[in-house]
Amino acid sequence: MGGRKKTLLGMAALMLLTAPLAAQSWAAEGPGTVELGSLANYYSPVTFDHAMHTGVAASCADCHHHTTGLAPTNPSCARCHKAGEQTSSVACKSCHSDQRFSAENLAKIEGNPQLYHKGKPGLKGAYHQKCLGCHTTMGGPTGCQDCHTRNDKGDAFFNSGKYAPAPSASAGHEGGH
Amino acid sequence: MKKLNRRSFLKGGLAGGAAIAAVGTSKQAAAGTHNFGGYPDSMGVLVDLTKCVGCRTCEAACNKEQGLPVPDKPFDDPSVFEEKREGGLPRRTSEKAYTVVQKYDVPGREHPLFRKVQCNHCNEPACLTSCFVNAYKKTPEGAVIYDKTVCVGCRTCMVACPFYIPAYSYSSPTNPVIKKCIMCYDTRLKFGRPPACVEACPQEVMTFGKRKDLLKLAHQRISEKPDAYIDHVYGETEVGGTAWMYLSDVPFEKIGYDTHLGKEPIISYVKEFLGMVPMVLTIWPALFTGFHLLSNRKDALKNEDNKS
Repeated sequence: MGGRKKTLLGMAALMLLTAPLAAQSWAAEGPGTVELGSLANYYSPVTFDHAMHTGVAASCADCHHHTTGLAPTNPSCARCHKAGEQTSSVACKSCHSDQRFSAENLAKIEGNPQLYHKGKPGLKGAYHQKCLGCHTTMGGPTGCQDCHTRNDKGDAFFNSGKYAPAPSASAGHEGGH
Repeated sequence: MKKLNRRSFLKGGLAGGAAIAAVGTSKQAAAGTHNFGGYPDSMGVLVDLTKCVGCRTCEAACNKEQGLPVPDKPFDDPSVFEEKREGGLPRRTSEKAYTVVQKYDVPGREHPLFRKVQCNHCNEPACLTSCFVNAYKKTPEGAVIYDKTVCVGCRTCMVACPFYIPAYSYSSPTNPVIKKCIMCYDTRLKFGRPPACVEACPQEVMTFGKRKDLLKLAHQRISEKPDAYIDHVYGETEVGGTAWMYLSDVPFEKIGYDTHLGKEPIISYVKEFLGMVPMVLTIWPALFTGFHLLSNRKDALKNEDNKS
């Protein structure tokens, strides 16, 4: 219980820390770094160097789609989303749900028959598909722990590190049958 | 009175059998136009193989959610992809792992393709059809679950499954039973939550939702990116449809999927025969016993006459 309380406290602190970032006006270049920790469970939060990535990306729209007011680079998106006003928030989590498959979110999608982007990924999927997709093509880091180090809970989850199965167990099993 | 011998009895039996078969066929023909096709609001999972990076987080999540034994190797160990079982085939589901990720090196594809294997939760499951103790159940939520307390360990479902999914607890000397993915029914699905593997996946390879919605989504994805996908949703029609469906950029037959299963649920092939089994089992013993008693009575009477 103590551990859970601590994580909750940590998450609350994180939200407080990141709240001003989300609230600030996103004109021009945006924030220097953003800590992505709302999903941190088995891994430490990601300290995302936003300033560095603005230098690498060809356009804000590469990651932010149409929300920054720029015309989307993908012609399919551009059919509907035109260049114009910046949306009230350009943070990933403003559009990508961190509870993608909850009954509430699924009901929300079902209750909106006009919605085109019914398959919009959740926050975790959006992060990983965007980051890993680009890192793969651009030659960026692609290992899990290149972006976020795994914590003790994560080691236990993956039966790795100090929780790794004893090698004798597998050897004995293979020799069994 | 005409003496009933073995030959005449068999003749009568054949005629009766033909009559039963005729009834069975006409019923089947009537039912043939309308298959069950699955519960209308059942849930499913759409797996987009183009997105999987082979991290095996789904395997770890399944292990923890289902309380499975400690794995032989850590879940972040990629060497399992090179493991081969008999016939050079990749790892399959086992009593220790209800889901496994397989790796396929596809010529001409820049990166290897990873394929997650688990129960596909058929609309009309062959395992359920084959089980003579009725251990299996297809729930309205879409999961194919089983009652391990009634399972007698006959392994017929392992033979029946067109996807080779049910595993067997060979490690139990006293009470070996079937072990397989239940779509996290007990702990998640029946409360409206997605299976643990779906929630754990960092890449959102899997989309959880109503099966009918997932089908629309799958075809939308294909039409949005026709060059990125094979124009087929595996599981849409295979063996009468499955709750788990797949999108791929590589022809399915090249990555271990059986593309010759047909659209008919497995039960369609055995409905006629299975329909006759209960009749044969109930009517024939009574008939035989009756004939046996009749013929014996005659003999017994004859014996009594001789004695007196």
